[in-house]
Amino acid sequence: MARQPDGPPPPPTVQKLRIRYAKRGRLRFASHRDLARTLERALRRAQVPMAFSAGFSPHPKISYLGAAPTGAASEAEYLEIGVAERCDPEALRLALDAALPPDVVVLECVEAGDGLGSLADRIDASVWRVELPGVTLAELAPAVEAFLAADVVTVAKRTKNGLRDVDARVAVAGASAAEEAGCAILHMVVRQVTPAVRPDDVLAALAAVADLRPPLPPRAVRAAQGRLDDSGTVADPLGPDRAARTHCQGEHAAV
Amino acid sequence: MTGESLYPVLEPLLAQIQKPIQYVGGELNAQVKPWDAAAVHWALMYPDAYEVGLPNQGVMILYEVLNERPDALAERTYAVWPDLAGLMRANGVPQFTVDGHRAVADFDLLGVSFATELGYTNLLEALDLAGIPLHAVDRDETHPVVVAGGHAAFNPEPVSDFVDCAVLGDGEQAVGDITDVVKAWKAEGRPGGRTELLARLARVDGVYVPRFYAVSYRADGAIAAVTRTRDDVPARVGKRTVMDLDEWPYPKQPLVPMAESVHERMSVEIFRGCTRGCRFCQAGMITRPVRERTITGIGSMVDAGLRATGYEEVGLLSLSSADHSEIGQLAKELADRYEGTNTSLSLPSTRVDAFNVTLANELSRNGRRSGLTFAPEGGSERIRRVINKTVSKEDLVRTVSTAYANGWRQVKLYFMCGLPTETDEDVLEIAELAVEVIRAGREASGQKDVRCTVSIGGFVPKPHTPFQWAGQASAETIDNRLRLLRQAINADRRIGRSIGLRYHDGKPGVIEGLLSRGDRRVGRVIERVWRDGGKFDGWSEHFSFDRWTTAAAEELAAFGVDLDWFTTRERTEHEILPWDHLDSGLDKEWLWEDWQEALSEEEVADCRWTPCYDCGVCPTNGTEIQIGPTGRSLLPLTVV
Repeated sequence: MARQPDGPPPPPTVQKLRIRYAKRGRLRFASHRDLARTLERALRRAQVPMAFSAGFSPHPKISYLGAAPTGAASEAEYLEIGVAERCDPEALRLALDAALPPDVVVLECVEAGDGLGSLADRIDASVWRVELPGVTLAELAPAVEAFLAADVVTVAKRTKNGLRDVDARVAVAGASAAEEAGCAILHMVVRQVTPAVRPDDVLAALAAVADLRPPLPPRAVRAAQGRLDDSGTVADPLGPDRAARTHCQGEHAAV
Repeated sequence: MTGESLYPVLEPLLAQIQKPIQYVGGELNAQVKPWDAAAVHWALMYPDAYEVGLPNQGVMILYEVLNERPDALAERTYAVWPDLAGLMRANGVPQFTVDGHRAVADFDLLGVSFATELGYTNLLEALDLAGIPLHAVDRDETHPVVVAGGHAAFNPEPVSDFVDCAVLGDGEQAVGDITDVVKAWKAEGRPGGRTELLARLARVDGVYVPRFYAVSYRADGAIAAVTRTRDDVPARVGKRTVMDLDEWPYPKQPLVPMAESVHERMSVEIFRGCTRGCRFCQAGMITRPVRERTITGIGSMVDAGLRATGYEEVGLLSLSSADHSEIGQLAKELADRYEGTNTSLSLPSTRVDAFNVTLANELSRNGRRSGLTFAPEGGSERIRRVINKTVSKEDLVRTVSTAYANGWRQVKLYFMCGLPTETDEDVLEIAELAVEVIRAGREASGQKDVRCTVSIGGFVPKPHTPFQWAGQASAETIDNRLRLLRQAINADRRIGRSIGLRYHDGKPGVIEGLLSRGDRRVGRVIERVWRDGGKFDGWSEHFSFDRWTTAAAEELAAFGVDLDWFTTRERTEHEILPWDHLDSGLDKEWLWEDWQEALSEEEVADCRWTPCYDCGVCPTNGTEIQIGPTGRSLLPLTVV
């Protein structure tokens, strides 16, 4: 028989909220776990009435979706929280944003709509923008072309189980080269496959197919995440919840 | 320009290393003050990895105390892992602070907190990365003053080549006095250069400047004399003691890192000092007398700290927390206050006492119930009398069974191996104890799944304790006893599988012993080890025993002494010890008597309850035991 703590079970989740946030500046060096710790503490400082799991080791109800890698910035990280008292999403957004470091910015908070499906089902691709300081468009464009022309580009990727060969090409749904202020920019849409193909892997692939070797570390920013449709567009994963809310407003309690 | 941020040159390197978050700063409650607004700039270093150094209370306290002064600025720096250190050297990036990413060499002072001697090689690495001359004698007035603090600073002789001064005792007030001296000297146009500054610092209470003391040696290797070379510095340097902890409620705004650290909780120090008189315990000896924070002072620190951090666990820190005169009431009232908030309170390892189980039950009422930790330290009743930590076997087993009966499933027991007079039998009794604890625990709880973890480390004799004269057990002795213990625990698998054994081999302890009781001659060994690539000696993957033994053999040979001379050799009563001119307040005669009583297995009482002025600390240092109860209660928090 499983042992249970004395006393009543924790109060149930009465509302789920979905949050989009950005990690910018120095905090692009934060890992997923660093951010998770920071978010949990900020939720406590912001006095958000979190719902907790039952048992001897109660945890706040938070689910994180596919985190951007350590070293990459992002304008589109997502998480979902469960609260034990109803909250006004905008008031919660402001309170949480104020409790977080300046380089973690809470961009949006919406209530999860009933019966609209999970957030995870609405995300299968990332839109990336990679700045390549010291690289010109004239160098990047042919490399991207060569990469896209290939059927398979195998790169060695460091995983928990050591080095492993991964095809970087198959995950890339689209890529293009641009230039801003003399610095080449790589735009791409990358499918979230397993094992994950990250901007670093695509850059390794560019080195493999076209010997493109940036003299300085590139800076990747995830611009968006969502479901990739046949036209190559990535849909806003909070769209369905936001649409549902505009039809039924006016019943929220304040934070 | 001094004080300029190095972040732009550091950032490209961060993309190429492990755990870059530890170098970017910006922790919650961190501060970056404008450089030019401060007259005195302090870089504070904890000489180990960020994850170990960040939670350090001493650094956090001094960081805040100094930054509260409008004329001072304090930033933090930690030991840099070899992956980044290599890139920094290749790219000409010097040791930097994590707050403003300023070059450590730009600061007026580099304060280094030594909780353990195994951080010494990391000091050398940081000085080298900072571009500060390794040897204090090679520095001029443009270089920071390197100040050692922390418990290891009570014998700074092994690092006396590398530090300019050491602060003995509590730092809260000392850093203010040092700041005043540096500020005045700078304002006067740095008269007399570095020597004059150090001479002024040597006259600050609690500050020891090694270069103003000469050490001579006898033919047998022992110290002949330690004499001061200027008559305007004290012949003996005394320690600093902060009285009235309620006036120093630091840290008020504890730092909260994004990176993972070794302590994922905030800590409130509920008292400082300890008079239990455990003979192995340097902390208990050098931090006397006991000074309690009041229940209300603690209550407001817990409240302010939780609001400032968002932590869900608060550790009530001290050397023996259950001994606080108001602990029962404190535990109950804090648990009442945080009812329903998933906030848990914890005590560090406690003495073996049934009362502590009651306390732990109360403290864990609102949050996660992790394991309970007791520290009997010695395996047999006999050895526990030697170390003056007396508890009978029956009481020990009864206490731990009570814990199991109260729903705790995991109990950790801390022990030491290699204590003075110890035999194999003393250590083997740990196995008997653990087996009895599991048997009694299964019976008391009616459950099979109770677990006991035995955690055991090698004993290292420390300065300013009754065991400062003891011969340290060799690594072979420790390793052999641990092997016998492991066999004994595993002899009966039906019980043995409920017992976990965690231990460290005896080798790092021998080096810690060399560095703890070493004298100035050991400096050459430290430097040689660092030059041969030694750093992060507290980490088994970096520590190399062979590197240390080779360096010790080669560097000490010229002096006619060796590693064993510093470690396994028992000292005689009148030998001049390297730290005799540094005054922890304890009378050497009292320590010697206590050492003799240890050898004859006699206990000594705690002076908190049986008034006694024997040890020498009270009242000669102007200090007195400060304990409650105050009769006050925690008021309910107002709802915001």
